[in-house]
Amino acid sequence: MSEVEETIKRIQSHKGVLGIIVVNSEGIPILTSLDNSTTVQYAGLIHQLTMKARSTVRDIDPQNDLTFLRLRSKKHEIMVAPDKEYLLIVIQNPSE
Amino acid sequence: MAPKAKSVKPPGSTIGAKPSKMKGRPKIRDDDDMTEIGDLGDDSYVHGKTLVKPDDQLDLTEVELKEEFTRILTANNPHAPQNIVRFNFKERTYKQTSSVEQIAIHFALDGNMLHKDSDEARRQRAKAGMGESKSEAALSEAGEEEGGEGEDGEKEEVVEAPPPKKESLRNQFNFSERASQTFNNPYRERGTATEPPPRANFSSTANQWEIYDAYYEDLQKQEKAKDKTKQIPTYRKEDDKTKKKLVAMETASDDISRVTRAAKIVERMVNQNTFDDIAQDFSYFEDASDEFRDQEGTLLPLWKFSFDKAKRLAVTSICWNPKYVDMFVVGHGSYDFTKQGRGMLLFYTLKNPSHPEYIYSTESGVMCLDIHPIYQYLVCVGFYDGSVGVFNTQEKRPGPVYKSTAKSGKHTDPVWQVKWQKDDLDNNLNLYSVSSDGRVVSWTLVKDELIYADVIKLTVDDLPTEGPDGTQLQLLGCGTSFDFHKKIDYLFLVGTEEGKIHKCSKAYSSQFLDTIDAHHMAVDAVRWNPFHPDIFISCSADWTVKIWDHNYGNQAMFTFDLNSAVGDVAWAPFSSTVFAAVTADGKVHVFDLNINKYEALCEQSVVQKKKTKLTHIEFNPRHMIICVGDERGYVTSLKLSPNLRKVPKKKKGEENVGIDHEIEIAKLDKILSLVREPDN
Repeated sequence: MSEVEETIKRIQSHKGVLGIIVVNSEGIPILTSLDNSTTVQYAGLIHQLTMKARSTVRDIDPQNDLTFLRLRSKKHEIMVAPDKEYLLIVIQNPSE
Repeated sequence: MAPKAKSVKPPGSTIGAKPSKMKGRPKIRDDDDMTEIGDLGDDSYVHGKTLVKPDDQLDLTEVELKEEFTRILTANNPHAPQNIVRFNFKERTYKQTSSVEQIAIHFALDGNMLHKDSDEARRQRAKAGMGESKSEAALSEAGEEEGGEGEDGEKEEVVEAPPPKKESLRNQFNFSERASQTFNNPYRERGTATEPPPRANFSSTANQWEIYDAYYEDLQKQEKAKDKTKQIPTYRKEDDKTKKKLVAMETASDDISRVTRAAKIVERMVNQNTFDDIAQDFSYFEDASDEFRDQEGTLLPLWKFSFDKAKRLAVTSICWNPKYVDMFVVGHGSYDFTKQGRGMLLFYTLKNPSHPEYIYSTESGVMCLDIHPIYQYLVCVGFYDGSVGVFNTQEKRPGPVYKSTAKSGKHTDPVWQVKWQKDDLDNNLNLYSVSSDGRVVSWTLVKDELIYADVIKLTVDDLPTEGPDGTQLQLLGCGTSFDFHKKIDYLFLVGTEEGKIHKCSKAYSSQFLDTIDAHHMAVDAVRWNPFHPDIFISCSADWTVKIWDHNYGNQAMFTFDLNSAVGDVAWAPFSSTVFAAVTADGKVHVFDLNINKYEALCEQSVVQKKKTKLTHIEFNPRHMIICVGDERGYVTSLKLSPNLRKVPKKKKGEENVGIDHEIEIAKLDKILSLVREPDN
């Protein structure tokens, strides 16, 4: 298995991780460990948010770029790592 | 003249009863509108003339015929009424108008001539412009001859008006305009309908970063174009091949593999969450109880690193990455002679405690390793089978890039320590290794292979002893550790299994500079002090840790008894007087000579089972943590409490300068001087 797939598997089996979604540059989920409706919802909303966040960071300084985005809520934490073409979203419950 | 009734005479007719006489007389009548045809051939003309009398003509007598009638021509209009009567309101009677108009209009035609001074004429002149003025000029010229003064004034006026156009002067007297109308072709409308061009909606935002990106791409393209133009003649073929390869790879590679970087980041984030409290401790926790304990400190356990496949292998070596201080390399192997198997080389980072970054599996146990100070992706490794290898983490090979073989001079016994040295004169990388076979060997990386050169042989005695057959044998000691001086390039120390420490020079290959009988058992580690040029430390399985000054080789400066075999000892990078040692009973001992010259500041057990031996210890170059490896394959990281890491207070302006070497050296010197005096 490729290195990346192994990494994704490891993340999925990590303590507290609820799900992982890989979204492409158009906001369409490619790989997911959650059910379809949740995936689509997450993908669409978070994609927009990440684009906005990235735009904000780069507007302030064009040589800067967004490394990752953490969204902590009462119930769990959503972590987003943007890439050139893809977006990795992981939902974890940190206090388990 | 005989009165003649005006009656119509048909040609050829004669009047009266004298037709025959009429023939021969030429009739010249002035009031007759007949032409004088009689002069010419009378006979021919008069020939057909006969008098015809209509039936209803009045028969008049001769007398009546001769009666004269007067006829008067007047200019009266026969149609005009002769008596027009109008009602006169003044006299209240009808009165006859005295004179009646006698003008009869037979024909009326409106002309189109205007007086030249009238309004309409002026308007037209204004429209026509020059042509008019010119014609007027011509007119006025003509008028001059007649002597019109008024016209002179006009002429001047005309001349002054600025005429931009020059029309050809029309001849007043002999001008004719001819116009003709051409046939106007009838208009026809013709239309075609085309398919509408394809449309697509495009929307974009123009942010500062989009503009920046566009410029950056343009710059890249320009640079590529420049490179291509430089390299075109020789590299065309290669480019084509590489292009083909790239294309094939891009289509064949999985989508997922492009998420590598993001996946790594996310994994670290997830780990950060899981080990959140440890991460917080690492950054911020300071043991407050240290304020109350003057000469004691504690070690706070942080992350614990372990890998499934390496669980049965002991940690044989640890090395922190000098540049990326959160990364360290762990070598796994086995110290047990009977249980030799494979080994592992693992690269960990503090940011991801659950899984190593790079994993290398080796056939033989890894006994020692070292990271190159400049090229941090190069790691040299010494194996249990005596060979030396170099791993390159940038390349994706599963094994070492270089490996020494039996033919290329590998050791015949396990390699106990390897160390990178400075590049030689040809800019080739080189490294040193020491082994139980009694040789210190220098290896040079030339192109694809490792070339070895014996630096020194660890002879036990100066004289060769006699072997069983009578031949002369040179007994070689077993080297177990070595260390190179930080400043003096050629100077290094070798610790042996016999307990001796030899001071050697790279220049002399046959003789030692000095030999110190350091320990009773094998010297497990020997290390120079990072600040002081004369001091080094050694530890051994005889339970002792000794500090030496190489100028005074006969006796140790300090000796510490730790009640158990000491596996490893290391100096702290931030202070010249702090060092730590690990023992076989699972304890870590931290000393600070500045505070306490005789006892450890901290003696702490860091493993769960007391029987676990601790094998190695390393200080992190930047952070105040240490990494301890044990024989079960676990690596534990510990944070030093404030008491253990006391640094001399810096002056206000110099806080950012860093560690002052001179102060450190002076500190150690002070301590040493206290010790030396009784020696003297």
